[in-house]
Amino acid sequence: MRLVGRDIGCTRGGREVLAGVSFSVVAGEALAVTGRNGAGKTTLLRLIAGLLELAAGQLELTGGAADATLAEQVHYLGHRDGLKSALSVRENLEFWYAFLGGRDASAASGGPGGGILQTALEHVGLAALAALPAAYLSAGQRRRLAIARLLAAPRPVWLLDEPTAALDAASQKRLTELMRNHLAGGGIIVAATHGPLGLDRAAELRLGAA
Amino acid sequence: MMALRAILLRDMRLAVRVGGGALIGVLFFLVVVTLIPLAVGPNLVLLKRIGPAILWLGALLASLLALDRLFAADHEDGSLDLILMGSAPLELTVAAKGLAHWITTGLPLVVAVPVLGLLLDLDPLAIGAVALTLLVGTPAITFIGLIGAAIAVVLRRGGLLLPVLVLPLTVPVLIFGVSAAEAVIVGPASFATPFTILCALTLASLVIGPAAAAATLRHGLD
Repeated sequence: MRLVGRDIGCTRGGREVLAGVSFSVVAGEALAVTGRNGAGKTTLLRLIAGLLELAAGQLELTGGAADATLAEQVHYLGHRDGLKSALSVRENLEFWYAFLGGRDASAASGGPGGGILQTALEHVGLAALAALPAAYLSAGQRRRLAIARLLAAPRPVWLLDEPTAALDAASQKRLTELMRNHLAGGGIIVAATHGPLGLDRAAELRLGAA
Repeated sequence: MMALRAILLRDMRLAVRVGGGALIGVLFFLVVVTLIPLAVGPNLVLLKRIGPAILWLGALLASLLALDRLFAADHEDGSLDLILMGSAPLELTVAAKGLAHWITTGLPLVVAVPVLGLLLDLDPLAIGAVALTLLVGTPAITFIGLIGAAIAVVLRRGGLLLPVLVLPLTVPVLIFGVSAAEAVIVGPASFATPFTILCALTLASLVIGPAAAAATLRHGLD
């Protein structure tokens, strides 16, 4: 599996944000997108996620599921966590599991060993808070619940936008561990970041270098 | 299919939780319908004459109340981005959201009609006629409103933009809904003709609304 971008350009509000950006990531590899504020890191991730339109260039994922579009094989962890305050931690995760994974959430939670959802919550350290409404979570806990979504509904490509923002040291370590597992399972990670990702095989793409 | 069921159940659950909009519509409907006799005066003949129109206007305004939050809430917390990336066709996802909205805000209005009809001195047949026309007509209002809700979130203007955009589009629904109900109460005119047209308007809006709203969301977001 390979995610390739060729000569990508994007214009927002009449301003050229990205021009001539090319990259290539193979399965098991991570790409760290770096650059100053406003260099277009988020824009690049949103282009890959299909949330913005390409002004120029091409994006393609080869070797993935044949009948799915790029956006359907991609997880996007953005600045906003996509959580509903009125729903409990488990209900939030159940929804994304059913919506993004297209499977029945009730079967996942009642299965042997607590099911996929329970495992995902344990991986991010939120299992004890499963019944708590998401409104009472801290910023870091919300982030971790958003990360649990990536585990609950497996998709090959993870797009992470400042994944460590709001996470404490222990959670950052846990996230690194999860990213390693994802790469070991043949996944691809594209992460916009200011700090080191802590991964062994991470190529770097510098945006806006002038 | 699972994805659509998930979004339907989530939206319905959110509507009945704290901060949801399920009861606001019915309460607003109740207030509007109660205020009008106070303004018009206790003239039972007049109230009976304009009763269906009052109920229809009240229901029309009440079903638009919570609509501007339909996509805006999902946009603010980032859910809308993820919804756009789902594997279900966006048109169907939007339709599922519309259906959830109608079940939680439109349907309670229909249920409230028998009670409110008594306040306006409508007889059982008239109440039945208004309830039936609202049952058929309110989905049209919701699904036309989807377009306005999508435009409101794309333009980042909530609040009053939505009624201004949507109310003119609901005029045909209002006209045929009220004339079908009035045909039962006063007129020698036929009930079937305006009612059939109302059904046609609803069926058309069930298709056009989600398609237009999905197109708006797809091309307007950044």
